[in-house]
Amino acid sequence: MKNMSTIDKSNNSLPNRDGGERVLLLGDEAIALGAIHAGLSGVYAYPGTPSTEITEFIQGNAIAKERGLHSRWCTNEKTAMEAALGMSYAGKRALVCMKHVGMNVCADAFVNSAITGVKGGLIVLAADDPSMHSSQNEQDSRFYAKFALVPCLEPSNQQEAYDMMAYGFELSERLGEPIVMRIVTRLAHSRAAVKVAAPVAEKPLSPATDAWVLLPGIARKKYVALLEKQVDMLQASEGSPFNQVETSASKRGIVACGIAYNYVKEAVGSEANLVKVSQYPLPEAKIKALAAQCDELLVIEDGQPVVEEMVKGLLGAGYPVKGRLTGDLPRTGELTPDSVAKALGKATGAAFAPAKNLAARPPQLCQGCGHRDVYAALNEVLADYPEHRVFGDIGCYTLGALPPFQSLSSCVDMGASITMAKGAADAGLFPAVAVIGDSTFTHSGMTGLLDAVNDKSNIAVVISDNLTTGMTGGQDSAGTNKFEAICLGLGVEPEHVRVVVPLPKNMPEITRVIREEIAYNGVSVIIPRRECIQTFKRHAKQKQTLPPSSL
Amino acid sequence: MKENQTTIDTASSLKGSAGRGSASKCDIILCGVGGQGILSIATIIGEAATKAGLYLKQAEVHGMSQRGGDVQSNLRLSTEPIWSDLIAEAGADLIISMEPMESMRYLAYLGKEGKIVTSSKPFVNIPNYPDEEALQAELDALPSVKLDIESVAKDCGNPRGANMVLLGMAAPYIGILSVESLREAIATVFARKGEQVVEANLKAFDAGVAGK
Repeated sequence: MKNMSTIDKSNNSLPNRDGGERVLLLGDEAIALGAIHAGLSGVYAYPGTPSTEITEFIQGNAIAKERGLHSRWCTNEKTAMEAALGMSYAGKRALVCMKHVGMNVCADAFVNSAITGVKGGLIVLAADDPSMHSSQNEQDSRFYAKFALVPCLEPSNQQEAYDMMAYGFELSERLGEPIVMRIVTRLAHSRAAVKVAAPVAEKPLSPATDAWVLLPGIARKKYVALLEKQVDMLQASEGSPFNQVETSASKRGIVACGIAYNYVKEAVGSEANLVKVSQYPLPEAKIKALAAQCDELLVIEDGQPVVEEMVKGLLGAGYPVKGRLTGDLPRTGELTPDSVAKALGKATGAAFAPAKNLAARPPQLCQGCGHRDVYAALNEVLADYPEHRVFGDIGCYTLGALPPFQSLSSCVDMGASITMAKGAADAGLFPAVAVIGDSTFTHSGMTGLLDAVNDKSNIAVVISDNLTTGMTGGQDSAGTNKFEAICLGLGVEPEHVRVVVPLPKNMPEITRVIREEIAYNGVSVIIPRRECIQTFKRHAKQKQTLPPSSL
Repeated sequence: MKENQTTIDTASSLKGSAGRGSASKCDIILCGVGGQGILSIATIIGEAATKAGLYLKQAEVHGMSQRGGDVQSNLRLSTEPIWSDLIAEAGADLIISMEPMESMRYLAYLGKEGKIVTSSKPFVNIPNYPDEEALQAELDALPSVKLDIESVAKDCGNPRGANMVLLGMAAPYIGILSVESLREAIATVFARKGEQVVEANLKAFDAGVAGK
């Protein structure tokens, strides 16, 4: 490693960016490059929109390859969080990335990592998806940071996303606590030029020497220590270079969180009296000072009204606080320049009337996708069982709920297909069928299958195996080539683990297998296996471009 | 670093670059159906804008909506720093669309003086696609230019170059960038695929500029 510049060790420092080059980066890529340049030793993640590109960038980065940084996909967010905590224990800097609902999966490890504390810097990156562009809810990860009593960073643009990685690792090491970094889809998937710094070296191996054994006696002391750190965390927020104050003569104060700041600036330029919040805990002194200068506060934040509620509590019932809860901004969905401009009385409105000849065009399963053949076969067989229910799961195949198939009755969370089918079967529902993808099965389906086996539940589980994590763009799937062995190992009877190839020409065989396994009173697993049509095309292209000798 | 990272000049050189039109900003909505290749158009405009030292923000769509559904990208270019990643209503100077119905999905964002540049050929993958004549008539009543870009691309001997034809059609309306700078960007972006690919794409682009 050469030409490593050092980062200023004073509190609230920013990386030295003098003379750095500027690169065009997605928000996700800015985070990835920021982490690498800040001396990252490993990223641990499960793919999930809009966070996937962070890990993909690190996997393809030259410095990351040269340094041998860990970047292989994990089986789920919990294994990712725990492995990152282990790397932190060993003294090195680690990053965990996930979409917002991944925080639910890793919550046990995450919340308790605040009790153990950290050694090497640990950043937990949660990519929220307000408007549910590619998600089942719009939960706000800032709640998790508050729940675990740790700081949260919320960048407003790609440059801050980059800068906050070095800053966040330092803050994490100084406080001895994990740091949550919360982004939203609009930042994750938007490109802008970012000025980058020189990379610094990784941290050396230096394992923690204090006990991270959360027996009640130790945990109680550690919890008190965490509470004592709250003062330092608040102080860091009050002095944070990312929490800025802008003043004007306006009597309406604005609290603009993260990306909301951009929409405010777009609407009113420098005419705002505002506090920009990009680091939590909430900088209370700054908010109180703003409130004292103004007659009312408007809280503008993407996601749920987290800060609006905090500010109400901070200022008391007598002070007017507006935002999503008061209807000044929409209660749901991501902020837009228009919704913010409207709240600020600056909206322009459309220049043209809405189109008349316009129809919705929902996403659909690709032509030639194996999931299509799976649903065609299921629908054919299940037409004979009017009482049937098919419990779905998270992935491309969730689109089987939409026309033309309309096969699914549920899709809740990763792995719920198997366990919900089991519970419904326990209640007497027949036939109870689960449809789950290969990657989702290893993520959170295996334990549910073990429950079903132990209970001899009467369910048919379809593991629709396309050899990849399809919906997020074709990442490696943890269980590829292991599914029969996993099912047998969990105790599914060998004659009821059935593999078929989902192609239209095989329809008679597939429907026969499904019929037989529905008729069997117990746990059966049907594995339709054919490569994702998207990764298949990509692989075919790669083969074409390689010289014959390398095939 | 990945190939799609483009090095940009330092901030001091961001203003007053040559090879640019007269406008000080251009806000573009790129749209179509997932898989039609709108991001390639964005990449080329982005390359040209970067070379010209413009500020740029580009919000893309990734994830589930790419599966045959409607997709759009907000591309903002300016000589001044840009705040919002998204274009406001009535803010777009251009809607560039790979599909005629999709071009009208974003009408609320089209500026009073804005323009729609679109393929005229419907992509029908839904059962309730609107009546085609009514659709074309509505489009004609709007400030729009349209062309059967797929036929033009075929005539050029580059059937996969429809998006380059569309970019060529739009080029004269991207006031902040010169047509020539977009040609250069095509050459840069496709350089690693070889001279033949560059030539084929330039031919499709030129046909789009000529409008036939």
